[in-house]
Amino acid sequence: MSLDWLRTPVVGRADPQEILLPVRTRYIAATLLSALALNLFALPGVLQSIRPDFIALTLIYWVVYHPRRVGFLPAWFLGLLMDVADGSLLGQHALAYAVLMYLAILLHRRIVMFGMRHQIAHVAAILIVSQVIMLGVRLMAGAEFPGVLYFAPSMLGAAMWPLLFNVIRVPLRPRSNPDAV
Amino acid sequence: MEYSPPPFFKRGPSLLTRFTFFSLLSVVLLVADARFNYLPLLRQGIAAVVYPLERLSALPASLASRIGDFFVTQSQLQRDNEQLKHQQLLDGAALQAGKALESENQHLRQLLELRERLPREFIAAEMVYSNRDPFTRRVVVDKGFQHGVRAGQAVVDEAGVVGQVTRVFPWVSEVTLVTDREQAIPIQAVRSGLRGVTFGIGYDGTLELRFMPVNADIQNGDLLVTSGIDGTYPPGLPVAVVSNVERNAAYPFARITCTPAASVTGFTQVLIVATTGRPPENAVPDEEPGPKGRKAKK
Repeated sequence: MSLDWLRTPVVGRADPQEILLPVRTRYIAATLLSALALNLFALPGVLQSIRPDFIALTLIYWVVYHPRRVGFLPAWFLGLLMDVADGSLLGQHALAYAVLMYLAILLHRRIVMFGMRHQIAHVAAILIVSQVIMLGVRLMAGAEFPGVLYFAPSMLGAAMWPLLFNVIRVPLRPRSNPDAV
Repeated sequence: MEYSPPPFFKRGPSLLTRFTFFSLLSVVLLVADARFNYLPLLRQGIAAVVYPLERLSALPASLASRIGDFFVTQSQLQRDNEQLKHQQLLDGAALQAGKALESENQHLRQLLELRERLPREFIAAEMVYSNRDPFTRRVVVDKGFQHGVRAGQAVVDEAGVVGQVTRVFPWVSEVTLVTDREQAIPIQAVRSGLRGVTFGIGYDGTLELRFMPVNADIQNGDLLVTSGIDGTYPPGLPVAVVSNVERNAAYPFARITCTPAASVTGFTQVLIVATTGRPPENAVPDEEPGPKGRKAKK
C-alpha cells in the first residue's frame, strides 16, 4: 500500500490540480453521522474534556470545499442533537454552529488558497470563535469559566485538520491511476 | 452584500439573512430553556433520537471491556471471594445488632406515637459516562423513567450522598453531583447538631458550608449528614466531612470547606433513593437558599 494519498503540500498554495470524484449527498450525510458518533463516544476522564468537536470540523470541511452542499439547516439540527447529548442549554451548540457556518462560508474562497499550515490557523480561529460564543452564552446563564483547558478541543481540532482533510478525501479520489499506461 | 452581482442564478436568501434567521432561532431556544424552562418535551424527543446513536457509539468500548472481564485470573477471584466472605461475616454481626436496634426503635416510636419513617426503596444504577458539558458537574446513569426514576430523587453510594437526579429520560437519567455549583443540600452536623446548607463550588472534591456564623460550633473532621428537613434527602445520610474552618471576624460568616463523603469522581455503581414523597412542582432555585440559610443562622 502506498502512502501517496497523504501528499498534501504543507506550505504555500494548495494543489489545484487534484481532481476528485463528484460528491454524493449520501456521502456527506455519512461523514456527518460518523462525526456525531465520534462526538458521542464515551471517553474516560480528562480525555472527554479535550476531545475535539468532530462535527464542527466536518462542517467546516464541507463548507470550505463544497460551499453549496451543506446548508444552515442540517448544521443547526446537529447543534440541537449535541445540546441534548451534552446536557447543555438547548440552542447553545446550534448557535455556535450557525456562527461557524457563517464564518466558514465567508472565508471559504480565502481558505482554499492557502497550504495546510495556514489552513490550520484559519480553522483554529473559526473553532475558537464558536467556542467563545458557547462560553458567552453559559456565562450569561450564570456558569463560571471552567479553566483554560476549555479551549483545548479547538486547538486539538485544528491540529487534526490535515488528517480529517485526507480521510474525507480517500473515497473521493479516482481509483484508476491516470499515469498508468 | 451590496457589491454582489445581479442574481443571474437564483441562490436563495443571502448568507447574512440565513445566518440571522438561525441565530435568532437559537437565541429564542436558549432563552426559552434557560429562563423559562419551557422545553423538557422537545429535549425528551431529541433524546429519543440521540439515545440509540449513543449506545451504538459506545458498543466497541463496552465490547472491549467485556472481553477484558472474561480474562480475570483465578487467583484474583479467589482473593475477592475470601475477602467478601470475611466482609459478610463482619456485616452479619453488624446486621444482627442493627435488627435488634430497629425493632427496639420501632417499639419506642410506636410508644411515642411518632409517624413511622417511610420505607426506603433503592434502584441500583450504573454510571454510563460523565457529562460532556464542561460547565456543570453531572453524570449520566443507566436507569431512567422506565425503571421508576423520577427527577428530584437523591442518589447515594456506599459512603454517602453522591447527588440528585435532575433530568430523566426514558432509559437514562442525569445526576447532578454534590460538587455542582447549583447543588445545595440541607445538613446537620453530627457532633454539635447544628443545621446548615452545603453548596458545591464547581471544583472536584470540595463543598462549602455557607451562612454559618464565625463562632459556630464546627470543627475540622466534623461529619455532616442530611437533616431531612427538605423532604428530598432521607435524614442521616453522610454528605461531607469538614476539612477546613477559616474564622475571620471581618466577615459575618465563617469560611468552611468540606470534602464529600461519597467518592464523587470515581464511582461506578450508585443507588437512587426512590422516596415516595413528591418534590415541589417547580423549584425556585434563587429563593431556596434564603430561608434555609436563615434557619441555619439561628
